[in-house]
Amino acid sequence: MTDIESAANRTTEKKTLPVAIELRGISKSFGSVHANQDIDLCVHKSAIHGIIGENGAGKSTLMSIIYGFYEADRGEILVNGQSVRLHNSQDAIAAGIGMVHQHFMLVDTFTVLENVILGAESGGLLNQSLNHAREELTRLEREYNLKVDLDALVSDLPVGEQQRVEILKALYRGAEILILDEPTGVLTPQETDQLFEILKTLKTQGVTVLLITHKLREIMDITDEVSVMRGGRMVAHRLTQETDKETLAELMVGRKVRLELNQKPATPGNVLLKAENLTVVDDKGVTRVKGFNMELKAGEIIGIAGVSGNGQSELLQALACIQPLSQGSLQIHQHSVTPESPCNPAKARELGLGHIPEDRHQLGMVTRFSAAESSILGFHRNESINGSLLMHNSKVEKHCEALMEQFDVRPPHPQLKSANFSGGNQQKLIIAREMTQNPRILLVGQPTRGVDIGAIEFIHRQLIEMRDQGCAVLVVSVELDEIMSLSDRILVMCEGSLVGEVAGKDADERTLGLMMAGTPLDKARSGSGPGSPQQKTINERPAHQILSPETSG
Amino acid sequence: MDDIFSVLVLTLDATLRVATPLILAAMAGLFSERSGIIDISLEGKMLGAAFISACTAAVTGSAWLALMAGIGVSVALALLHGLACITYRGNHVVSAVAINILVAGLTVVLGIAWFERGGTTPALPSEARFMPIEWPLAEIIGQLPVLGTLYKELLSGHNLLVYVALLLVPLSWWVIYRSRFGLRLRAVGENPQAVDTAGISVAFLRYRAVIICGVLCGIAGTYIAIAQNAGFTRDMTAGQGYIALAAMIFGKWRPAPALLACLMFGLLDALAIRMQGVPVPVIGEVPVPLIQALPYILTVILLAGFIGKAVAPKAIGEPYLKER
Amino acid sequence: MSTTNNTLPRWADVLLIPIINIALALLVSGLIIIAIGEDPIEAVKILLVGAFGYDEAMGYTLYYTTNFIFTGLAVSVAFHAGLFNIGGEGQAYIGGLGVGLVMLALGPILPFYLLMILGIIAAAVFGAAWAYVPAYLQVYRGSHIVITTIMFNFIASALMVYLMVNVLIAPGSMAPQSVMLADSSHLPFIHEIMNALGYEMVHTPLNISFFWALICCLLLWVYLWHSRWGYELRTVGFNEKAAGYAGINTKKVVIITMCISGALAGFVGINEIQGVHHKLLLNFTAGYGFTGIAVSLMGRNHPVGVVLASLLFGILYQGGAELAFEVPKITREMVVTIQGLVILFSGALAYMTRPWLEKIFSLFSRPASATTQEA
Repeated sequence: MTDIESAANRTTEKKTLPVAIELRGISKSFGSVHANQDIDLCVHKSAIHGIIGENGAGKSTLMSIIYGFYEADRGEILVNGQSVRLHNSQDAIAAGIGMVHQHFMLVDTFTVLENVILGAESGGLLNQSLNHAREELTRLEREYNLKVDLDALVSDLPVGEQQRVEILKALYRGAEILILDEPTGVLTPQETDQLFEILKTLKTQGVTVLLITHKLREIMDITDEVSVMRGGRMVAHRLTQETDKETLAELMVGRKVRLELNQKPATPGNVLLKAENLTVVDDKGVTRVKGFNMELKAGEIIGIAGVSGNGQSELLQALACIQPLSQGSLQIHQHSVTPESPCNPAKARELGLGHIPEDRHQLGMVTRFSAAESSILGFHRNESINGSLLMHNSKVEKHCEALMEQFDVRPPHPQLKSANFSGGNQQKLIIAREMTQNPRILLVGQPTRGVDIGAIEFIHRQLIEMRDQGCAVLVVSVELDEIMSLSDRILVMCEGSLVGEVAGKDADERTLGLMMAGTPLDKARSGSGPGSPQQKTINERPAHQILSPETSG
Repeated sequence: MDDIFSVLVLTLDATLRVATPLILAAMAGLFSERSGIIDISLEGKMLGAAFISACTAAVTGSAWLALMAGIGVSVALALLHGLACITYRGNHVVSAVAINILVAGLTVVLGIAWFERGGTTPALPSEARFMPIEWPLAEIIGQLPVLGTLYKELLSGHNLLVYVALLLVPLSWWVIYRSRFGLRLRAVGENPQAVDTAGISVAFLRYRAVIICGVLCGIAGTYIAIAQNAGFTRDMTAGQGYIALAAMIFGKWRPAPALLACLMFGLLDALAIRMQGVPVPVIGEVPVPLIQALPYILTVILLAGFIGKAVAPKAIGEPYLKER
Repeated sequence: MSTTNNTLPRWADVLLIPIINIALALLVSGLIIIAIGEDPIEAVKILLVGAFGYDEAMGYTLYYTTNFIFTGLAVSVAFHAGLFNIGGEGQAYIGGLGVGLVMLALGPILPFYLLMILGIIAAAVFGAAWAYVPAYLQVYRGSHIVITTIMFNFIASALMVYLMVNVLIAPGSMAPQSVMLADSSHLPFIHEIMNALGYEMVHTPLNISFFWALICCLLLWVYLWHSRWGYELRTVGFNEKAAGYAGINTKKVVIITMCISGALAGFVGINEIQGVHHKLLLNFTAGYGFTGIAVSLMGRNHPVGVVLASLLFGILYQGGAELAFEVPKITREMVVTIQGLVILFSGALAYMTRPWLEKIFSLFSRPASATTQEA
């Protein structure tokens, strides 16, 4: 009873708080796509308000409307109770709205100071603006406890600091409402915690924060209120205190999430893919993967977990022989790859390595090709589906038709341009292409990114079927749920290194989460102690435990 | 000794005259490319300006009106380039090639139609041109050894546009590195989205950049037609727009190094004329075409990263479109 | 991007838009002719008669067409790989140099049929070599192909001036020209063949390299759409990363494509040196390399389109020459102007007409609702 009472009190307390921003009936279409339909939203002053929804639910479009980047087709926006028209970002800035974009809007070759004043200069002369900004920023840094070197080049700063520059940019423009679009996607857990500390400070100083995310954990950790979007509509508003992850997840996807897949235990066979001390240095000279060791066996699925940007992508590319190795070696079936004797994707395919890439538009297909042409990408030299020197176009089309039928790609038109298929169908076509070549080894990056629910289940089942047929499968995904439900073994990466391995059936989110932050397995496990760790949120744990994992053990 | 010195001064003097349109056009290209708009139509804009300024000077007899007309045409062409690249998101190189070819044809067509002299305009009297300006006391100071010669022969006695070109370099530097406009200009060439989200119109900013480019090319073309020469002849820019482009790249999209590159290329040109048929000790006679090709060869070598590295603005040549 | 929207029917995309763009270019050309005080309709009549009116005109028209097919294909093949080869002019120049050198050296000793094949090889190798360097520098040194090919045009020009003035000049000649090539190296003129077959035809520069141009169209079409190399080339052009993922050696594709492009441009040298001039000389490329850009854009990078666009430019060149003769106020440079306008409207401003057309088509696709609203 007391719980409910306090919640009710809190609700009334909230009600009396002034409203910072209110949306009424916002709609926006792109062509025939309704990105936002009849959105109502009410955000209270000095609150941290979460907007949660799946990829493609329309969150980013909505935020772009609030920031004046797009104009709504219909509807009304009220800031501090006053109706405003936001034609461009300048209007939004004038209305006290600031935005931290998912991809930072920073000029790499500029200093922090120059980036902050861009568009908010105090006059035609630069020095004057810079001096004024320096004073103002020093004050803001002190007030909000945001430390950044003002004279550093942005390209030299780590991602977390670049984000702080974005926040400073917004505050410098007098933002009272701060929108953060998927701010933690690129951050390590430590950086995430630092960000959340900053957001709390902002809140106590009276700033209203709108946090866009698809991560339930973050909503539970930091927000006061949460709104859920699905398919372009706003489907629910809740006080965070009064809801839980499971409810929100259900609201997000519209039905019970099936996390457990019916799967038989794996029966691993020979090692088919082996990485020893694998190290990747990119063309900028940054070490992306450090001394990675792994053995992938026939008939098992290994999941690679990690915060995105911790070397998983580069690892995947190195295993697929797209990215050259800098050190170490790779054993693909019987074939040995070293920096001295590099391999290439064509050779890797001959060795029986299939690869469903992370980014299908960038890598997996040529969007301007017909589906038929995309369906032989990488196998265009394979004479069973193409001619020997010349293209055998009718054969290619038949091949594509067969793939489409087998994997239920819709519409089943090989002549149609690849770009004109939905994300899920594009992904199915790529999966079909790679799986039907009977690979010994299958590398899969973000198997279900941007794919609708129905297709997700289908794809997951296909992956497990591949495993059961004796294929060695490696899955890289940022979705922990996906990793946990698919993998027989989970390898966790942090900052390019392998942190440790957890058996799929023993894995829990909290342990994996700590490992993704770089805590070794034993410490991650012991740190959790008895009881049900999932119930606890990061908020409730002492801060030092998260910020410095070394001291927690 | 005196002789060598005076030859040197005269060569430098010639260098300055030859380098002037290069400097103007290189600064023009700099503004355009810093904003992210590739401009290989410096040549076309200069040629168009040269033609119209010569026509205007021939008809009105006023060098100033000619300058205005030259700038006007060049700006119009720049706006056409802007329309294609900024508004309609066309390929920058294609658009620039179109302008170069269009102007190369149109100047001759109109020239013949208007003046019936096989594509040249009537020779201009000195009142209709920008003539050399004698600096105060040049004759008297010129009597002094060394410094006097430098003053009289090198500094004094150029036309107004030469000095304009030289002053434009520090001015460009100041605008690009010390003004709000310059900050935004540099930003839009690197990351137009950052500029857009900061509430600044990418298109308007880029249009202003191409207009500046047009103005400077207009001055350059006018210089060629009515200051350096006394009238228009067909294809009179003769690839100087491309040399200016090369100089700008050579200067790594920075005003001062671009100026040096222009002076170096100008010097090569001045030398080429001076060394025609003159055997050089050790090497023998240097073929003039080789010297003339040197700016292009050097630029190729520079771009290939064999001497330093020229990094273009990051967003150059990419049409800006708000992402969905 | 809005341009990938399927709001226009395919025929509008493939035919209507290019035709509208060319019509706009010709419209502006007509306005220019009016501006200089002449009658554009009359000009078109003279131009067409000048291009088709009699045997000789036809011969000249097709002779120009031959050059444009070569340079147009050269630009097109590079476009398909996402490369912009502005260096056609220089590659054609150097290709011609190759033909000339081989013919000067071997002309007196080898028979015709060997020389014909050697001519093709020489043009291809020299043209390709001149394109290879920019391609190599882009792939391995990171310099941009557009700028490098521009620079290579000037370098080619300087090189030719040097060679013609200092090295290859015929002894005792005032003009920078080589000695005449041996008779065995001349390509047969079409009028020679026709006369031999019994049809009377006047002397024109049209020679059998025209057929080689048509063969090149066919070969390129097969290469691009019906060979695995063409598949790889187009993959690289559309999406270089996907090409890397597919195991395609993108560096190799870029270099090979540029070499093919350079070789095609180099074939201009066969037509000019072996076919028409029968000696090496300066400036025989006469801007054909640049016209190739207009041809390729107008022909939408497809061999059939390139042939049609080449024919149009052949007409403009030949008819334009006639026009300049008949109407002194309209000079041959009018053709250059039209060329510039064509590149402008079908290339740079290619997206300009599209939104308008989309509006018009959407009106017609929903005429019922539109009329009810009107009422």
